Amino acid sequence: MLELKGIRKSMGGQEVLRGVNLRVAPAERVVVIGRSGCGKSVMLRVIMGLLQPEAGEVFFEGKKLTGLSEEEWNPYRRKIGMLFQGAALFDSLSVFDNLAFPLREQGEKSEGVLRQKVAEALKIVSLSGTEEKMPAELSGGMKKRAALARAIICRPDIMLYDEPTTGLDPIVADSINRLILHLGKMFGMASIVVTHDMVSARMVGDRISYLHEGKIYFEGTPEQVDRCEDPLVRDFVRGHAEGIGITG
Amino acid sequence: MLLGDTLRSMVQYRLRWDQIFEQMYFIGIRSQVVVLTTGAFTGAVFAAQVWFQFKRFGMESAIGPTVSIAMCRELGPVLCCLLLAGRVGAAMAAELSSMKITEQVDALRALGVYPTEYLIVPRFLALVISAPILTGLALVTGIGCGYFVAVKIFGVDGAYYWDNTIKFTDSKDVVIALIKSFIFAVIISAIACHKGMNCPPGTAGVGKTTTEAVVNASLTLLIVNFFLTILLNALLYSN
Repeated sequence: MLELKGIRKSMGGQEVLRGVNLRVAPAERVVVIGRSGCGKSVMLRVIMGLLQPEAGEVFFEGKKLTGLSEEEWNPYRRKIGMLFQGAALFDSLSVFDNLAFPLREQGEKSEGVLRQKVAEALKIVSLSGTEEKMPAELSGGMKKRAALARAIICRPDIMLYDEPTTGLDPIVADSINRLILHLGKMFGMASIVVTHDMVSARMVGDRISYLHEGKIYFEGTPEQVDRCEDPLVRDFVRGHAEGIGITG
Repeated sequence: MLLGDTLRSMVQYRLRWDQIFEQMYFIGIRSQVVVLTTGAFTGAVFAAQVWFQFKRFGMESAIGPTVSIAMCRELGPVLCCLLLAGRVGAAMAAELSSMKITEQVDALRALGVYPTEYLIVPRFLALVISAPILTGLALVTGIGCGYFVAVKIFGVDGAYYWDNTIKFTDSKDVVIALIKSFIFAVIISAIACHKGMNCPPGTAGVGKTTTEAVVNASLTLLIVNFFLTILLNALLYSN
């Protein structure tokens, strides 16, 4: 369904992606883990066409996306949903208008249809009744769920999650993880989840890829990752700082 | 580049009139008090200063056209647009840069919407439509307050004042005011939107961007005003 071939990308003069290869099958949930600043979010932005790679190609449903113009990208962006790290709800719009936004952009004008679809999407993320609230009135977890509802309202084929549980308490983080699983099963959506939260990675991933120094260093099922004896992977998974020379 | 992209987007995409009217309300209606107050007191103080100087030479009847021409050609458009650069330019830069650093601009793109078309075109159009109207209002209040000060406070003959004002103020003077305010509006929106959309990350970036937008727009406006004055006088008064 989605394939990255040899993606290279520099940010601020530093090469953060140095030939990333990744494949995602339909309905598969792939978790990309890695240390902060290793380029996980950059990779998602390249997939979404928000950043252009210096080298390499992105294929979606067999179509090469890299090199497309902004206008040519738009039909594909409607098939790829993205949950941003900070939720990225439009703060001048109510929750209803945020969720109705992508539907209106696709030409839906009927207020009744919009109300119904927004209510359905909010019900999925357990936020029914928040239509008239402004984003500033929502907690961090509610913002993430509202943003998730906005991302799935047009039923994308694949969802990209950028640090979906970062900054949330464990209970809310668990509810987001369950939601990711639920959406995958309910709509058959493929997912790429970028995180450094191993609880989340183990819970939602069919497959876990460890991004290190701009490349996919290790790939496997959550069980294979847990059993991996490679010191880099083991230290990350267990949260040990010794491997990077920091001791107490 | 941003200006070219804005003009291209105006042609390529449908105009979002709801957004344009919303921006015009913020820029046009909500700037009225500031602009009218500035126009009124500029006209009043200029009339007073001119009266203090002209009465020494017995030229009180020339106060009307002096105030009127100065308001039309320079004080009206320049002061009105400097205020718009401060009020509207700052708001544009701050809003866009906040959207940029909170990933809302990326979210727009992710939802298949071109940010220039959605965010910049409505602001640009609202400002270039509103600025000449606001300038016109500032001229009227400035000239009116100049009359009040000269005639009602300093006792200049009202009939001479109006007669000379109408006689020496050309329609070209008003055209100059409108052309200048239109061009200043283009400068303010282009600089404020460019700064906002290229804001560095972090909240400090928003403050820096906003300050730079206002300072750069104000300075550019003043510099361009000099060249516009020369150019418009050469074009409109060459005969």
